[in-house]
Amino acid sequence: MASFDGVDYFDLDSLLSEEERAVRDTIREWVDNELLPIINDCYIERRFPKELVPQMAELGIFGSNMPEKYGCAGLNNVAYGLIMQELERGDSGIRSFASVQSSLVMYPILEFGSEEQRQRWLPSLARAETVGCYGLTEPDHGSDPGSLTTRAVRDGDDWVITGTKMWITSGSLADIAIVWAKTGELDDPGSIRGFIVETERDGFVAKDQKGKLSLLASDTSELSLQEVRVPSSNLLPGSSGLKSALMCLNQARYGIAWGAIGAAQACYGEALSYARNRTQFGRPIAGFQIQQIRLVEMLSEITKAQLLALQLGRLKDRGALRHTQVSLAKRNNVDMACEVAREARRLLGANGILIEYQSMRHMANLESVYTYEGTHDIHGLIVGEDITGISAVG
Amino acid sequence: MKIIVCVKRVPDSESRVNAAADRKSIDTQGVKFVLNPYDEFAIEEALRLKEAAGDGSVTVMTLGGDDSKETLRSALAMGADEAVLLKGQTSIDGLGTAEKLAEGIRGREYDLILFGKQAIDDDNLQVPAMVAELLELPCATVVVELQVADGRATAKREVEGGHEVVEFALPGVVAAQKGLNEPRYASLKGIMMAKKKPLEEVDVGDAESRLELIEVTNPPERSAGEIVGEGPEAVPELVRKLREQAKVL
Ligand SMILES: Cc1cc2nc3c(=O)[nH]c(=O)nc-3n(C[C@H](O)[C@H](O)[C@H](O)COP(=O)(O)OP(=O)(O)OC[C@H]3O[C@@H](n4cnc5c(N)ncnc54)[C@H](O)[C@@H]3O)c2cc1C
Repeated sequence: MASFDGVDYFDLDSLLSEEERAVRDTIREWVDNELLPIINDCYIERRFPKELVPQMAELGIFGSNMPEKYGCAGLNNVAYGLIMQELERGDSGIRSFASVQSSLVMYPILEFGSEEQRQRWLPSLARAETVGCYGLTEPDHGSDPGSLTTRAVRDGDDWVITGTKMWITSGSLADIAIVWAKTGELDDPGSIRGFIVETERDGFVAKDQKGKLSLLASDTSELSLQEVRVPSSNLLPGSSGLKSALMCLNQARYGIAWGAIGAAQACYGEALSYARNRTQFGRPIAGFQIQQIRLVEMLSEITKAQLLALQLGRLKDRGALRHTQVSLAKRNNVDMACEVAREARRLLGANGILIEYQSMRHMANLESVYTYEGTHDIHGLIVGEDITGISAVG
Repeated sequence: MKIIVCVKRVPDSESRVNAAADRKSIDTQGVKFVLNPYDEFAIEEALRLKEAAGDGSVTVMTLGGDDSKETLRSALAMGADEAVLLKGQTSIDGLGTAEKLAEGIRGREYDLILFGKQAIDDDNLQVPAMVAELLELPCATVVVELQVADGRATAKREVEGGHEVVEFALPGVVAAQKGLNEPRYASLKGIMMAKKKPLEEVDVGDAESRLELIEVTNPPERSAGEIVGEGPEAVPELVRKLREQAKVL
């Protein structure tokens, strides 16, 4: 049974279908029983809890919003979002793993892959017998991926790929990488294509990113590709230009807009219970105006973010979603979660810096979430361009 | 192997339950309802027996109103094949409920009927044994291990201070105790499939009651604890309070 009740000040449950609630409750219970008991140790040991991956696959988390004919659960996007929310209530690292596997690896194969590629990879990725990663970012090309310098050169029936990818989630765990490389001139982002690269191929090396202070229970790696040779059947035939890569990110950002709410709920829940129990000056600190307002601000922001995410999901399910709306939601909800985590951390006083409490772990994690999949600033500029008609990005 | 599992919709043990204003029921406002946790062990056992046998079916059954359909679908999501809703209200009198369930079961084919050992709402622990009696079947309650072979079942029961092993011919009734197995999570595919599985509705009417409900009350408020001090210096004071105030020493 779930020991976490969720935060639902406006009876948003009544806006969810029975299946959507059942999906959420199942993942919530799983997070309570399987993830939360081990996450602190994983975090301290800087270890991704790999042992949970088979269970996540058994539940049907990977590619859960994709068609049943590829071994997926065929959920709607609201249910998918609720899964992300619950996973991130546990830890952003575990949600990141699920986002990458589903939105950044399975999605491009579904969307840009041949039928043969879909049959070959999707069921295996859903069962997590294959683990994937997504290589777009490079050491010198982050917010501006169109300038990337990884090259894929045609050689007979093969493609030969050379370049370096950085900050790659699951990079060292992965069996396959979706690698984005230029097939034409370096100044032509239109020549960017996606490739399925098996990580055991000669010339492929993944190296763990050392020194992180955020997302410690997640594998982040650098990928080095030195003339890695793949057959032409590994090219994602439907991918064309930077746009294809960004379409994947758009899927993942959608999940992040939901995920952030989970992390914020965890922090708010912790802060509320702490404030009721911690006594100073002869009364629970929840009895002081400043702490009440602090808690109310958290609750207000969470509630607004929940409504935003829910409508985002309903639009996506109707096929009426614009990518700029996803940008606004990712930007708003992650920023909200960062603030809530920080305020919760502060409310907890000295205890707030300990691993025994969740808020600082979430606070540190969310700094990565704030930056990846398009930084807070970049999403602001995407929406800014949409409403003014003037690009301020490049 | 045909198995019937009887289940019940109960308030989540994590929900705070209060007596309603009429003091005859509980206030359901804001209370989350779930599949009775002991019934999860019964469903899991049924699914395992069916999987081991390689054929058969698992039917979940409940007595209740329309909102119990959600509970049945939770069981279908875990993997049960079909569901039967006996439409009618349960009773605080276990026998009334047992009569309706027995009525719903009679005429169906089954090798085994499984229950959770108790429903966590009214904690009667009566219904499994009463259904067995009404159907004239052998019954093992508080079961922590179950083996089924060649038309016979062997059940290990929890008894005060130890265990007891009983054997009986099928069909029979088994009431599951925690520890019988580790119930699976409903998979996401299972949840999606649940609404496509058959859910039969039978009007059976409300269960009779030989008991009259007089009053439902909340437990008395617990008074706040007291911290007498810290470290070894606090021990004498603690001992004094335990002896003189709490009178437990
Ligand atoms: C933990 C983690 C996991 C990641 N996982 C993956 C992964 O799996 N796959 C992958 O491909 N990438 C991944 N990334 C990379 C991530 O997407 C990039 O870090 C991100 O796009 C930002 O790029 P950058 O770090 O190079 O920052 P930069 O682009 O160098 O930005 C630095 C600062 O400048 C700002 N800035 C940049 N351009 C502008 C502008 N035009 N106007 C105003 N401000 C601007 C940014 O907002 C930021 O504040 C991951 C990153 C992290 C931290």
